[in-house]
Amino acid sequence: MFSSFISRNRRPISALGVLIVLLIAFTIANPKVFLNSQLYTAVFTSLPLSIILAVPLVFVIAAGEIDLAFPAVIGVAAWAFALVVQAGASPVLAVVAALASGALAGFVNGLLVTRAKLSSLVSTLGMNFLLRGLINLGTQGQGIPLTAHLSDTTFRSIFAGEMGPIPTQMLWAIAFAVVGVLLFNYHKFGAQICCVGDNQESAREMGINVAGVRTMAFVYVGIAAGCVAILSNSLNLIFWPNTGDGFLLSTLAAVFVGGTPTWGGVGTVTGAVIGTFTVGFVSTGIIAAGLTGFYTQFFYGLVIILSLLGHRFNQPRYR
Amino acid sequence: MAEHIVELRNVSKSFGKTRALSDVSLHVGQSEVVGLIGDNGAGKSTLIKIISGVHKPDSGEILVHGRQVDNWSVAEARRAGIETVYQDKALAEQQTIARNIFMGRELTGFLGFIRGREAREEAHRLMRDIGFTSKVFSPDSVVANLSGGEKQGVAIARALYFDATLIILDEPTTALSLTESEKVFGFVRQVKQRGCSCIFISHNIYHTYDVADRFVILDRGKVVLSADRHEISSADQLVRDLQDIARTGRPGA
Repeated sequence: MFSSFISRNRRPISALGVLIVLLIAFTIANPKVFLNSQLYTAVFTSLPLSIILAVPLVFVIAAGEIDLAFPAVIGVAAWAFALVVQAGASPVLAVVAALASGALAGFVNGLLVTRAKLSSLVSTLGMNFLLRGLINLGTQGQGIPLTAHLSDTTFRSIFAGEMGPIPTQMLWAIAFAVVGVLLFNYHKFGAQICCVGDNQESAREMGINVAGVRTMAFVYVGIAAGCVAILSNSLNLIFWPNTGDGFLLSTLAAVFVGGTPTWGGVGTVTGAVIGTFTVGFVSTGIIAAGLTGFYTQFFYGLVIILSLLGHRFNQPRYR
Repeated sequence: MAEHIVELRNVSKSFGKTRALSDVSLHVGQSEVVGLIGDNGAGKSTLIKIISGVHKPDSGEILVHGRQVDNWSVAEARRAGIETVYQDKALAEQQTIARNIFMGRELTGFLGFIRGREAREEAHRLMRDIGFTSKVFSPDSVVANLSGGEKQGVAIARALYFDATLIILDEPTTALSLTESEKVFGFVRQVKQRGCSCIFISHNIYHTYDVADRFVILDRGKVVLSADRHEISSADQLVRDLQDIARTGRPGA
């Protein structure tokens, strides 16, 4: 029973191993590192957003595709949100606008891959530039301040407040991740995602709507980008045209560090969540441990390579 | 008159400039085993993929249980009780046996969540039914670790599970050992006893002769011979017919 639990969850477990090793390394470098409360503040502001993005990326990658457009989709959704708020409409409407525009952008990404049969690597790379370009053109590089409309509202306490010591954004992220784990492991959607990524010809022969399942994965990323846009705008109280830009490589790294392989058919949402912690602690942990920021990229690289080596030797024999 | 489970009328299909099937008509009756024979490229796989809904015909009609169907798809075909064991076995090798058996027809309950325990129990029962003797494998085993015969077993188990009225077997004995092939023949007879029909495709004429009630020979996209078993005296006669067809395009010169 116990051993079957291990073998079914070997990927997230080895991702957890990497995180623990990392935390031990930081503690050895500076025993007081985890007493530094600033560390947690820094980690917990970016972490919820990374978690929300990493979850649906596991679906896309397990389906045998990749999405590089999500940073710009966050930007589009955040822009839509800001425009609605600026127009004086209810923040609820702004939430709907962010989610809908994110989902729509994801749907377009999905159609480019499944209907126009473009490579997702290249088409989503193109869409990332295209959408960011549209934002820059539309805003002329100007931010949209939201302070007047959103500060001191219940809205803000829901999306950027605190519940006791825990930021509400972390609670949203946990809820998002739990839904993601359930969908991936126990739902028909997750099962079909894996079959499609594993062998799309077999999936088609067994009657799975291959294009539909893949498109849904891209829509899922778009919805996540919409959620991130809402949280990010609520926290910063300003929309910047570059909203979402910093997430691309660190989030993808988190998914892979978490144990989802690149080839499709398998993946782990739990692992990806653990991966976001690992990646999140690298940059902040380095600073908190008293090293200079120049170490950050070096450690990112080191952690990614070491984790992949770890997963490589901790895989079932068949691959 | 007993209705036909499936009937194709004047079906044609081209892939680009290649004409895979031209004007093919074929039917499968109640608890009948049809042996589909033909050389590589004769159009056997295209034909069965049209019946199973993977390909759409360019022209012609498909009738299922006597009724003409439009918008034929894999999901429709499976709902109508047509299950196919493809030559490539249509497995997802990194997934578990249970996930493979229910691929495309997941046992779902509340909000589309999979009834996992039930799926595993059913998979376990099926594995025993088709004679998985090895204790090493459970419904949670990954398919990639199975042998060729065992993979074929999973594909067949899947076809069995859904109480099919027609099971299509595309080259089911390729790359199987003698005992494993024997199991497949046993399965075909068992299917027939249950009143279920079968289309059996094989390169091996002797295999086909042993199990089929009727033979349909395809040659370059056309049906060139359709004969009941009693019209053909022996497997060797069938071989001679095939050789004639290869030479002249017609049987019994």
